[in-house]
Amino acid sequence: MSNGNDSELARERKCVLSILVQNQPGVLSHIAGMFAARGYNIDSLVVGRTEDAEFSRMVLVTKGNELTLEQIRKQLGKIVTVVKVRDLTEQDYIERDLMLIKIHCPPEHRGQIKEITDIFRGSIVDVGPNAVIIQLTGSEEKIEAFVELCRPYGIQQLARTGVIAVQRASQIENKLPRVRPLRRRTATLPMPLGMENTGFNPTPSPVRAEEEESPLPPS
Amino acid sequence: MATVPRKKSAPHPSPVAQPTPITHPHAQAVTKNGAQWVCDALVDLGVEVLYGYTGGAILPTFDVLADTPVKFVLTRHEQGAGHMADGYARASGKVGVCIATSGPGATNLVTALGTAYMDSIPVVAITGQVATAVVGNDAFQEADTTGITRPVTKYNVLVKDVKDLPRVIHEAFYIARTGRPGPVLVDLPKDVQVGKHTSSGVFDLNLPGYKPRVRGHTRQIELAAQAINAAQRPVLYVGGGVILSNAAEELRALAKRGNIPVTTTLMAMGAFDETDPLALHMLGMHGSAYANYAVQYSDLLIAVGARFDDRVTGKLESFAPFAKVIHIDIDPSSISKNVDVDIPVVGDAKAILEEMVPMIEHKPRAEWLSMIDQWKAKYPFTYNRQAGTVKPQFVVEQIYEATRGNAIIATGVGQHQMWAAQYYRWNRPRQMITSGGLGTMGFGLPAAIGAKMARPDQTVIDIDGDGSFLMTLAELSTAVEYEVPVKVVILNNSFQGMVRQWQELFYKKRYFATVMRNPDFAKVAEAFGVKGISANHKDQVRDAIEQMLAEPGPVVLDVHVDPAENVFPMVMAGKSLHEIEMGNVS
Repeated sequence: MSNGNDSELARERKCVLSILVQNQPGVLSHIAGMFAARGYNIDSLVVGRTEDAEFSRMVLVTKGNELTLEQIRKQLGKIVTVVKVRDLTEQDYIERDLMLIKIHCPPEHRGQIKEITDIFRGSIVDVGPNAVIIQLTGSEEKIEAFVELCRPYGIQQLARTGVIAVQRASQIENKLPRVRPLRRRTATLPMPLGMENTGFNPTPSPVRAEEEESPLPPS
Repeated sequence: MATVPRKKSAPHPSPVAQPTPITHPHAQAVTKNGAQWVCDALVDLGVEVLYGYTGGAILPTFDVLADTPVKFVLTRHEQGAGHMADGYARASGKVGVCIATSGPGATNLVTALGTAYMDSIPVVAITGQVATAVVGNDAFQEADTTGITRPVTKYNVLVKDVKDLPRVIHEAFYIARTGRPGPVLVDLPKDVQVGKHTSSGVFDLNLPGYKPRVRGHTRQIELAAQAINAAQRPVLYVGGGVILSNAAEELRALAKRGNIPVTTTLMAMGAFDETDPLALHMLGMHGSAYANYAVQYSDLLIAVGARFDDRVTGKLESFAPFAKVIHIDIDPSSISKNVDVDIPVVGDAKAILEEMVPMIEHKPRAEWLSMIDQWKAKYPFTYNRQAGTVKPQFVVEQIYEATRGNAIIATGVGQHQMWAAQYYRWNRPRQMITSGGLGTMGFGLPAAIGAKMARPDQTVIDIDGDGSFLMTLAELSTAVEYEVPVKVVILNNSFQGMVRQWQELFYKKRYFATVMRNPDFAKVAEAFGVKGISANHKDQVRDAIEQMLAEPGPVVLDVHVDPAENVFPMVMAGKSLHEIEMGNVS
């Protein structure tokens, strides 16, 4: 059975979650364990202290369809040490990733590599006889584009922090929360006992229209 | 003096669950060791009984425990301790508490914690741990207890500093019993139990991420009430949440006022009086045909404290295909997890139903109720009453009659559990004590002991299977030592019956690894100092049950039942509820 709902429901997207947690041992393991146990993906996970020593903030990048993402948010919210979960991809946000990349670089390539680095507004932080280390910050896409340009020279080592993200300061109003289409349920039922001559319709039309959306429980 | 909570009483009920106030704060700071802080907290929290097993790493706490008024029950295995605490919690509605040592003591608790977790039962487990200095060193009897139990607890914590006591114990109880209840484990390293800490014992809980909602959103409750009033064929689908929130009264009011038929899950047997004409009994894989039909033909499904488990829904794509769904649940992650919900109401079932009931209009629903009555007449739970063999269903019916429907029944897991659910007629909450979610064989006897200690005024019977009973029968010794007069009726078919049934239906009758070569259970019982009775013929059954009930102490009644009997009706795996098969009555 295929309809518009099914393909819409199956569509996956990237989701950046900002998770405020109590700064306690075992919290990271609990969250990672929940993802593993329920079969969710973690593309990137960064943990750091916040301005308050009691709390840490995790920025977690995952992907999945709306159904999965909805469960991820709810399951995170259920963890006792998780204080707040926010889906940044529902709003305008700034994300940054920091990379240190060591590239094979004999003296004759230094000029080219310096040029690429300048275009990407990175900086060369170390130079050796046959290699350079470049520091680059930016969105995941920018960093990945830079990595592709470096590949022909020979990448010796690469380390990335993973995405950190915060909601934009200039946000005037929140976008509407994301909604997903409802999963439909259908069946052809037999005429129930004793209802044969009553005009009872055992298979009325489905209660939900195709465009109906899953309501979010108000808090 | 400041206490928890700081406000004595709010003018309106708080939307969030409240912690237990500290009733006996010390006038001034006192110095106690960790074990004393823990034991005093248990007393403050009203703990009556503690189930457990000793060991090196928990000895300091046991040494203090000996001087407290808390009754201690030495079980024969930590799993038994966990299940007893669980059975106690299910029967009483209070938090059940168990205690064990580090390493194997803690790992033996895992099954019991998993059982309580899946059924949302408030249990607190206290475990010893090796000293903090050697944690992580593979010390003797060391296990990463918080790591191992994290997936089977609602919350767990390794106490690294005695200064966190007794706060952590109060937090454990608060988390275990509020919101969607569940097991909580507190791991206590030996040096923390011994270490001294000076405090007045007054503190605030430090749980910034935990605010379980009690009251439902008023607008959502109104929407739900409107949908109920507009429905032609509503059905109440009730789960264990109604029992956990003590909402049976409110449920009854809703059903009666709205003239709405009620079906209950295995976890909710007795949440609605099954002798009421509106009762549809259990639904799902081995539920009644009429409950399953009612769900499938309904135009409004009102789920209360239920979670749309696969054993209930059958094939999801065709579950209740014409029904709008109202879902009342305290756990937001249950909402729209398996079945999309049209009107979600998040909060405590009791508080929500209380608010909703006055909005419900009385409707005759003559057509709908008469459809259901015809199904009830045509497709009752049934078996061959003329058979010469002892039918297990007959035994359950005899127990029901002999106890006038008033006993508390615990079960193991398997065919006998389903027959108990189908043929006992449950009339009140907390009457059936059974492992639903995890399906833990061996749960029956220890859970029955816990239940009997919670409700000594009640007759408590463990209707067990031979396979299940063998797993934990060492706890007969506990029943004898502490004079807990539980009754065990074994529906003995010398098979792991439910698996055998699946082999018969789906694996070409290859009965591999399901035949049980059992001991003589009556003799085993006698060896423990428990009265043992056997019954092999139909005409012995009732007398044997009466003899069992007349006996003042614990009894094991071993009934040899027809080994070929299957549990029906049955919705085969992957099928829709309306495709339920009645089976051949033979």
